[in-house]
Amino acid sequence: MADVDPVRRSFLARMMQVLGGVAVLEAGWIAVSALVPRRRTTPLMDEPGVTIAGPVQRFEIGSVTAFGDGKFYLARLEDGGFLAVHRKCTHLGCSVPWIADEKRFACPCHASAFDIHGDVINAPAPRPLDLFPVTIENGIVKVDTGRLIRRKSFEPSQAVRA
Amino acid sequence: MWVPARAIKFTHTFGLGGMALVLILLLMFTGILMMFAYEPSPERAWQSISSFQQDVLFGRLIRGVHYWSANLLIPVALLHLLRVFLTGGFHGRRRSNWLIGLGILFFILLSGFTGYLLPWDQTAYWAITICTEMLGLIPGIGQGLQHAIVGGSEIGSATIINFYALHVAVTPMALIVLMNWHFWKIRMAGGVVLPFGPTDDPRNAYRTVPFKPDLLLKETVVTLVLFALVLVIAIVFAAPLGEPANPGISPNPAKAPWYFLGFQELLIHFDATFAILVIPLLVAAALVSVPFLSYDGEIAGDWFLTPKGRRLAIVAAVTSLIVVPLWVLIDEHVIGPGGWLPGADALISNGLIPFALVLGGVTGFYVLIRKYLAANKNEAVQSLFVLLFVAFAVLTATGVWFRGAGMTLVWPWQM
Repeated sequence: MADVDPVRRSFLARMMQVLGGVAVLEAGWIAVSALVPRRRTTPLMDEPGVTIAGPVQRFEIGSVTAFGDGKFYLARLEDGGFLAVHRKCTHLGCSVPWIADEKRFACPCHASAFDIHGDVINAPAPRPLDLFPVTIENGIVKVDTGRLIRRKSFEPSQAVRA
Repeated sequence: MWVPARAIKFTHTFGLGGMALVLILLLMFTGILMMFAYEPSPERAWQSISSFQQDVLFGRLIRGVHYWSANLLIPVALLHLLRVFLTGGFHGRRRSNWLIGLGILFFILLSGFTGYLLPWDQTAYWAITICTEMLGLIPGIGQGLQHAIVGGSEIGSATIINFYALHVAVTPMALIVLMNWHFWKIRMAGGVVLPFGPTDDPRNAYRTVPFKPDLLLKETVVTLVLFALVLVIAIVFAAPLGEPANPGISPNPAKAPWYFLGFQELLIHFDATFAILVIPLLVAAALVSVPFLSYDGEIAGDWFLTPKGRRLAIVAAVTSLIVVPLWVLIDEHVIGPGGWLPGADALISNGLIPFALVLGGVTGFYVLIRKYLAANKNEAVQSLFVLLFVAFAVLTATGVWFRGAGMTLVWPWQM
């Protein structure tokens, strides 16, 4: 074959490589986009919302009431304040039952234990039970199960009073 | 086609690679059959499997073969890896094939893990809760990774769909591609690894026999025996289907799938950063580096490479069999939850200090056998490999048989 221009050939070869690379990146971008937004448009996940727990008078001092749908326990502390503790153990995610006789949350999986404030009584849990925000409107206790609050330990200011 | 007679001796490879292939084919066949019945949603999954087992002819058998093939595949694959290592089948032309094999192992584990959730019974739900929570403990990327895999903040519809897609599409495709490449590279390297000198071509150094009937017959026998074994086990021991998943009630204890219990056991002895990030990363790096270390020559073909290699491997295995249970007992009853330096931050007391001790022990072992037992590099690396392999096996066994309610140490009959 006569008259092959090496400069033009190498240029075209290089362009094919570059454009091929761009095509691969674009395909990757499309794939990632397909997989990522499912987190934001979560029709597949249970929609978090506000659970109406009930009137303030329904909950006695020192009581802990389980709300299965909301995945939390509503605790009424000694001073009348309310705490909504997430039922998920902070160790590896098991659901922690409230043992009324022992006045503590005792995790069945690896023996972590928490008191009524959610503070850690027994390892291996690394931190207290998380909280859901509580509001009291017109004497009705409401819990926002869309937001989780982490804390280092219990502070009285975390409890909500009527 | 002719193959070296020595290469097809059963005790040379025990047909482990071939067994893995048979098991994967069984998994794909039974898996596809079940796809026509299984419904990947939290509301329908359990019932669809229960109905398949009860109402579909041979449904229980198909699921049983699938379950037991999976549980056999993982030890078979690991034993195959061990065999390839102990016969030095990773030098020269076989280097990249070692890496491809590791890739296959990764997808086998991923397949087992994603499949584990699909029955959506209590065992499945909580095992995957535990494992994804362990993932979330990785510093930095952990939470993001957990969120991406779970498909949200809680295990639910999105999770089962993610896992289903990975299980029936992504991992099978990856396995098919990698296995084909793996087999092709073995043929390119002249077949199964055999002892040879620096200039031999193993294909010329050995008496050869025809593929048909010699090798074909042996492969057929192994395949049929394995298939029969899987069938018998599946018939006698039904695949479990526990109570439907209940997010409100956690079982006691809650354990990861058995092949991840070694890691869950590690988590009991080391702070999360070390158990979930540092140690697994080191293990992965060590495995990947095997073909690329600077050895004293490309010794290969014989089991344990040399008679001394064999003795050292036994020394390593016995060491692990003694030291690891001792470590578990001391950590449980003497050290306790406070760690090795009570009062100090958990990262140091439960992480850095025990990790440094283990690292020191392993390094000391290596130096010992190099200096005082005059091992060459190949034999020493091999001994180290056996040491760590057996250690992890002991940890896994501990997690499976010796951890009861609350993950306390118990005797197996107390569980």
